[in-house]
Amino acid sequence: MSASWRPTASLDLLRQRASLLNCIRAFFAQRQVLEVETPLLSQATVTDLHLDSMVVELHDSKRRFLQTSPEFAMKRLLAAGSGPIYQICKAFRRDEAGQRHNPEFTMLEWYRPGFDDQQLMAEVEALVCTCAEQSDNGSSDWAVSGFERISYRDLFQSRLDIDPFAASDQQLIDLARQQTASDQLTLSRDDALNLLMAVVIEPTLQAPVFVIDFPASQASLAATELTDDGHRVARRFELFIRGMEIANGYLELTDAQEQARRFAADNQRREQSGLPVQPVDEFLLAALASGLPDCAGVALGFDRLLMLTSDRQRIAEVISFDDNNA
Amino acid sequence: MASFSTNEIKPGMKVLLDGDPCAIVDNEYVKPGKGQAFNRIKLRNLMNGRVWERTFKSGDSLEAADVLETDMSYLYTDGEFWHFMKTDGSFEQFPADKAAMSDALDWLKEEESYVVTLFNGNPINVMPPNFVELEVVETDPGIKGDTAQGGSKPATLSSGAVVKVPLFVNIGDVLRVDTRTREYQNRVR
Repeated sequence: MSASWRPTASLDLLRQRASLLNCIRAFFAQRQVLEVETPLLSQATVTDLHLDSMVVELHDSKRRFLQTSPEFAMKRLLAAGSGPIYQICKAFRRDEAGQRHNPEFTMLEWYRPGFDDQQLMAEVEALVCTCAEQSDNGSSDWAVSGFERISYRDLFQSRLDIDPFAASDQQLIDLARQQTASDQLTLSRDDALNLLMAVVIEPTLQAPVFVIDFPASQASLAATELTDDGHRVARRFELFIRGMEIANGYLELTDAQEQARRFAADNQRREQSGLPVQPVDEFLLAALASGLPDCAGVALGFDRLLMLTSDRQRIAEVISFDDNNA
Repeated sequence: MASFSTNEIKPGMKVLLDGDPCAIVDNEYVKPGKGQAFNRIKLRNLMNGRVWERTFKSGDSLEAADVLETDMSYLYTDGEFWHFMKTDGSFEQFPADKAAMSDALDWLKEEESYVVTLFNGNPINVMPPNFVELEVVETDPGIKGDTAQGGSKPATLSSGAVVKVPLFVNIGDVLRVDTRTREYQNRVR
């Protein structure tokens, strides 16, 4: 036991945390978005290859998954006719700990029926700027509206002089290995793209920027479309500020069959990689089949937003107790 | 051989990389959006002091290096090796070659205690204590009475190191020196 019993955040930071929560709730109250709560424990979980959920035993034969995000339950509320909703809740991800990660963290997630991804980006920007202005401790000079939007492809071409759609798998893998001086790394095409994004590109994204038009292979739960030059891209966006990923949003996939196909494909890749095959959320598929309204949704890291508005470098400094002394 | 997962690697741990023993300097967890998680690990190669940065997939493991830091007292040099002896009463002796001596050569004094890093039982690095007391063997004559301020001059110590000292210091004086900064601390006698 080397960790102290004391909070990892200062009391002043805890006050800033409380006022950021208030600011977000006021923002959504004004826009008539309903605050909801959904279960942290559920019978099914995500199938994403790189999201590892934690398991809780209710009793001997009954297991539940701690949510990695409230997405599935919130989509069921939308399908039930909730209208626009938001939630501030805990999310849990196994093995995620570091300067910007804690295995348990706070997520702000919201859904806007009738919005497309463009409209939702505008709302994310309004929320972030409003909260940064209200925190008003002189560290939010980045919070100037008119956030840049840049496509995934332009980003790779401008920063790394490579076309992430046209380049071969081997070209991308070689570049990723070279940029990290790690020629022993075994990488897939998407691993290489993700590594280049996280290690080379992300640190350069200091001014707020929305990255859009991700490769379809990274669509997750987003709708996809063909671009004019024939590449399939995801209607997904990510917001980066000061070299840190803050939010991830989608024009939501509403097609139950396509969703079921992606779950199955994920599970197949899980099996190939020696990862546990996850139970598919049949409640979500049934809700999609009954009709999810056209909508856009976004998840925003609340702790990271607080890191930005309070000018802190480590997530431990903005949460009461981090994993080392929780 | 034991190994450490990237998830449990912390600064100070000793691992093998490309066959060389390395000390972990930093371990940064990187997880892009929905993608594969990586660990960017900074390591100091204990053989040559160079700092490397390598990227691993989270969950990969690195082999532990058999590295031990032991207090030993300096005995003598035969010109090729510098001989040290364990201070634990075992009288066990270890010869260190010139490459291992680079941090300590300027600060050698018989019977002084040094931290010797052993890799697979062989000395690969010798660290001097933070402070050593050494005699001045060469310097310009001291200026009497000038103990207060200003001015410095070079002085050669019995170990061969040349350090800046105040003007009042004389040949034969014993000085306390910080080996990390090469700075004069005070006159011992």
